Amino acid sequence: MVIVPVAYLPTSSKELSSWRTSRPVIDYSKCTRCAICWKFCPDVAIDLSPDPSLSAPNDRFKALEAPRIDYDHCKGCGICAEECPFDAIAMVEEE
Amino acid sequence: MESIQASRRIMTGNEAVATGVKLSRVKVISAYPITPQTTIVEELAEMVANGELDSKFIEVESEHSALASVIASELSGARSFTASSSHGILYMHENLHWASGMRAPLVMSVVNRAIGPPWNIWSEQTDTFNQRDTGWLQIYCESNQEAMDSVLLGYKIAENKSILLPVMNMLDAFTLSHTSEPVEIRSERTAYDYLGDLDLDFKLDFKNPGGYGSLLGPDGPFMEMKKDMRDSMYNSIKLIKREISNFNDQFEANLPGLTENFMMEDADYALITTGAISSTAKYTVRKLRAQGLKTGLIRLFFYRPFPGDDILKAVRGLKGLGVVERNVSYGQRGPTYEDVVSSLYGKADVPVRNYVVGLGGRDIRVKDYEKMFENLVETDGGMEWINVGVT
Amino acid sequence: MYEIRFHGRGGQGAVTASKILAMAAFLENKWVTSFPFFGTERRGAPVTAFTRIDDQKIELRSQIYEPDAIIVLDRSLMKIVNVTEGLKSDGILVVNGKSGNLAETSRYRIGFVDATSIALRNGLGDPSHPIVNTAILGAFAKVSNIVSIESIKTATAEMAPSRKKENVNAVQEAYEETELN
Ligand code: SF4
Ligand code: SF4
Repeated sequence: MVIVPVAYLPTSSKELSSWRTSRPVIDYSKCTRCAICWKFCPDVAIDLSPDPSLSAPNDRFKALEAPRIDYDHCKGCGICAEECPFDAIAMVEEE
Repeated sequence: MESIQASRRIMTGNEAVATGVKLSRVKVISAYPITPQTTIVEELAEMVANGELDSKFIEVESEHSALASVIASELSGARSFTASSSHGILYMHENLHWASGMRAPLVMSVVNRAIGPPWNIWSEQTDTFNQRDTGWLQIYCESNQEAMDSVLLGYKIAENKSILLPVMNMLDAFTLSHTSEPVEIRSERTAYDYLGDLDLDFKLDFKNPGGYGSLLGPDGPFMEMKKDMRDSMYNSIKLIKREISNFNDQFEANLPGLTENFMMEDADYALITTGAISSTAKYTVRKLRAQGLKTGLIRLFFYRPFPGDDILKAVRGLKGLGVVERNVSYGQRGPTYEDVVSSLYGKADVPVRNYVVGLGGRDIRVKDYEKMFENLVETDGGMEWINVGVT
Repeated sequence: MYEIRFHGRGGQGAVTASKILAMAAFLENKWVTSFPFFGTERRGAPVTAFTRIDDQKIELRSQIYEPDAIIVLDRSLMKIVNVTEGLKSDGILVVNGKSGNLAETSRYRIGFVDATSIALRNGLGDPSHPIVNTAILGAFAKVSNIVSIESIKTATAEMAPSRKKENVNAVQEAYEETELN
């Protein structure tokens, strides 16, 4: 049988957290849920889901889908922090 | 006398290809029209439109997209087909590598046409000789019958699980594509039984997603995959021979092997040709034999994989061999010449000459072949341009 | 082997005529090939097409340089193209036109037929674009004995893309009205 270049291992099986020297941390009290960070993350490490328990600039924003960083797959590139129009993401140095 | 018309119909090479596609029950067709391939696409589009062929016809904006579409459909398990020519095949070049690297057992028909500049729509094989190293098997047809048969044979070989490489079958522009001649239509029943359904072990499947052709580093099995492709291509020679004799049995056909030896048994001088220009060469061989010169012809039916051992066997005892190229390469002799010489190196003591003929559709006549044989008898070594500077 | 060269203008149907003639010979159990020479030209420009007929499978695939017969669909072409170039000395020439003075070609066996009038009265094309390609084959059947008029009619009925009856009539009328030199 010949070798066919097909891989059934999903990319999510690969942990990238060890690549990180600093981590993005979202200040939800500034976050308008605009999802720009979600769109820009090159590693699809930001998920969107509604979470009313998180703080928000006001109650209307609370009802919307909020970004959440998947730290297993975030490589700490800082693009999300750079792109956030509301300065809601800070890059914090890893221990 | 044999009844010619009982089982045959008159059709052009392009119609013969379309009929071969229909007999192969191809499920997806995508192609971009280009002269002189256009009538293949028109014929197939019509067959799909009037329900004669149960296929999906994908319209695209370019040849690159046409091949991309059928790579994807083929990998999803649907037998797929495309066709092109000249600049169209050059534009596909990147995806030719993707098709073979993904081990997509496609068949593509190519109508050989010159490459510009200057702009030219006539016959020449440079377009596909340029694709020699893309991992596709290459078949050069001599007749409209072979144009039809090599589509069926092409899928059979491509889909063989120990080959799994795409096949392109070639027709000379106008000389086959637009020439009408009797062709025996293969029986649908036999064709269906012969080919069966496409059965891939790995296919695009929404329920079981996978990554095709993902990134591999220097230590990943990248090199191993390339070696595997090359091994498959080489090992296919044995399988192709078996498949051709199987084809001939099933359809009562008479396809040659990877090469056809014409009057080679006791030949002193012989030419090697590819494609429809071989017919006029055979005519010349008969004519010269009648005059007492022992001539012969080796026709390459397959150019990739290259049938070097078959050529080696055929040339023993020759006093001169001429390799005829209807293509042009710069800075070295022709590609067929290089392949022939490397197959004979150290094993056969035959002077080999190289002839460049018929570029841009220049007609190749009996007197041109006579000149080549004359030249073979008189001298050896070097490269000759035939019928150049004469109009 | 019998070789025929057609001369016409783009749009007049010379290529179809070469195919119908091949089909007619095929119906008589002959091996045939028919092929066009496409130039860069389009409608109105001179075009050539070829038919080969033989008892054996045909190997020769070059163009035809020394034809046994030449069929001219448009007499005005004879002013701009040397249509009889290479024609064998005992060859056949079929011309769409009323018989006239073709002194220089009189060594050939010549058939004249007013294929344009025949086409028009059968409703094939219009005065600016008469479709003469079927009528001219009726004339060829009369001048030569290569293919029978019946086979040409059968092939015409099979291959004419439309107005089959009219085309077959045109073949028969041309056969009857052809004048020989
Ligand atoms: S730091 Fe980079 S990888 Fe991590 S979430 Fe932000 S954009 Fe994605
Ligand atoms: S870009 Fe900033 S404001 Fe917008 S969703 Fe992301 S963190 Fe919130």
